[in-house]
Amino acid sequence: MTRTMWDSSVGKKTVMAVSGLIMLAYLVVHMLGNLKIFFGSDEFNEYAHALRTLGEPFLHYEWALWITRVVLVAAVVAHAVSAYQLSRRDIKARPTKYVHKKPRASYATRTMRWGGIILGLFIVWHILDLTTGTVHPGGFEAGHPYQNVIDTFSTWYGNVIYIVAVLALGLHIRHGFWSAAQTLGVGSRTRDRAFKTIANVLALVLTVGFVSVPVAVMTGVVS
Amino acid sequence: MKLTLRVWRQRNADADGAMSTYEVDDISPDMSFLEMLDTLNEELILGGEDPVAFDHDCREGICGACSLVINGDAHGPERTTTCQLHMRSFKDGDIIDIEPWRASAFPVVKDLVVDRSAFDRIIQAGGYITAPTGAAPEAHATPVPKPDADFAFEHAECIGCGACVAACPNGAAMLFTSAKVNHLNVLPQGAPERETRVLDMVAQMDEEGFGGCTLTGECATACPKGIPLVSITGMNKEWLRATRRSGKR
Ligand code: HEM
Ligand code: SF4
Ligand code: FES
Repeated sequence: MTRTMWDSSVGKKTVMAVSGLIMLAYLVVHMLGNLKIFFGSDEFNEYAHALRTLGEPFLHYEWALWITRVVLVAAVVAHAVSAYQLSRRDIKARPTKYVHKKPRASYATRTMRWGGIILGLFIVWHILDLTTGTVHPGGFEAGHPYQNVIDTFSTWYGNVIYIVAVLALGLHIRHGFWSAAQTLGVGSRTRDRAFKTIANVLALVLTVGFVSVPVAVMTGVVS
Repeated sequence: MKLTLRVWRQRNADADGAMSTYEVDDISPDMSFLEMLDTLNEELILGGEDPVAFDHDCREGICGACSLVINGDAHGPERTTTCQLHMRSFKDGDIIDIEPWRASAFPVVKDLVVDRSAFDRIIQAGGYITAPTGAAPEAHATPVPKPDADFAFEHAECIGCGACVAACPNGAAMLFTSAKVNHLNVLPQGAPERETRVLDMVAQMDEEGFGGCTLTGECATACPKGIPLVSITGMNKEWLRATRRSGKR
């Protein structure tokens, strides 16, 4: 069964849909967590600490966090590899362009590949910035995420990179969530409107939720 | 009407092709698009030139032989086949670009004719039912619920023209294949091969070098028979079901 999945274009697309939905579920939780920054540094830093003690005493310190990280890395890799392989196949299947060109498909649909590349690069940047601190501007302090976030969004490039990525995410989700419903075979004529609406709402809520943090730092609401 | 045609000319499968420009005059709005091309070809033949090769057969929208990408649209501006497209859809003085279906699985044979035998091989992989031949069985011998019959009929309308592939930015044959899978999988007559049909047809589709689905919906917009995009969703569902089942066996 695993082989059928990975060898078929339909199966690989299923891998993409499932891994995409895993990332999407994570991002909803992540966005809600980020909003705690509006309730002050104590609450935000405590929340970050609580993530490490999540599941105790059943789980050891940081285990829940590491399990999440492993699942997410697996999802990102599976998603990116299948996206790459399927895109290669698609480009090969249509080598000659039409002379008479027409504007096609919606913006969200046409930007899935570039948007995906932007998201992939952003994920790497984001981890180096706020998890490991490697590219962090100013003194990165583990355990003090509130100050780290403010440092990041006090630089113009920190804001630009973040906001571009979040906009790309919104577009990606807009087409991606509805697509995943079709790929997994749960879409139908009667449910189509509902899936499109949920996709738009998810895209909008995630975009606004994530963007609110850098905007708040820029405008001094959070400092 | 007087029209300027820019037509893809290609001597054979291996030659390089290019767009050539022709003028045609005295085109009646009641002519079909193919009759307009017949007029062009008559002039070319009289002038001692090679006529433009294009596919056609029934000329009544049921066989799926005609093709042509007209001004960037598979089968042209109306939702119908090229043979059923009339010149009243164009205006005097228009410039019309005419190109063949483009997909690596549909190589150009000559001018506007492409080789669509990849579709035949997808059908051979599972687009059939196992039934004894002979006299037609009594129509009520196998009851089919009305909604299933309607669903099957809607998908049976696919004429295998390949416009879906031509319109798809990925050269995917998902709409065609899903039309066949849905048509046969919903009927009791198609039940014995329900799983193998979808697995084998999708595998053959991949094997032929068609692309994958990115749900742009261009196929369903181009389809002259109105096969809907959710048809692909239905095939994905059948494929996942068959994969789960074959894993158990
Ligand atoms: C590593 C970076 C990423 C790359 C390279 C990437 C690329 C792609 C591509 C090429 C598609 C197919 C588009 C299409 O069918 O037209 C896609 C679909 C999708 N992506 Fe991503 N993406 C990435 C990150 C993400 C993230 C972070 C999420 C989570 C929110 C996500 C969720 C989805 C979903 C739900 C789909 C729909 C799957 C389907 O069509 O069935 N992607 N992605
Ligand atoms: S699905 Fe529509 S466009 Fe595709 S081959 Fe069938 S009739 Fe032609
Ligand atoms: S020639 Fe038969 S469908 Fe157009």
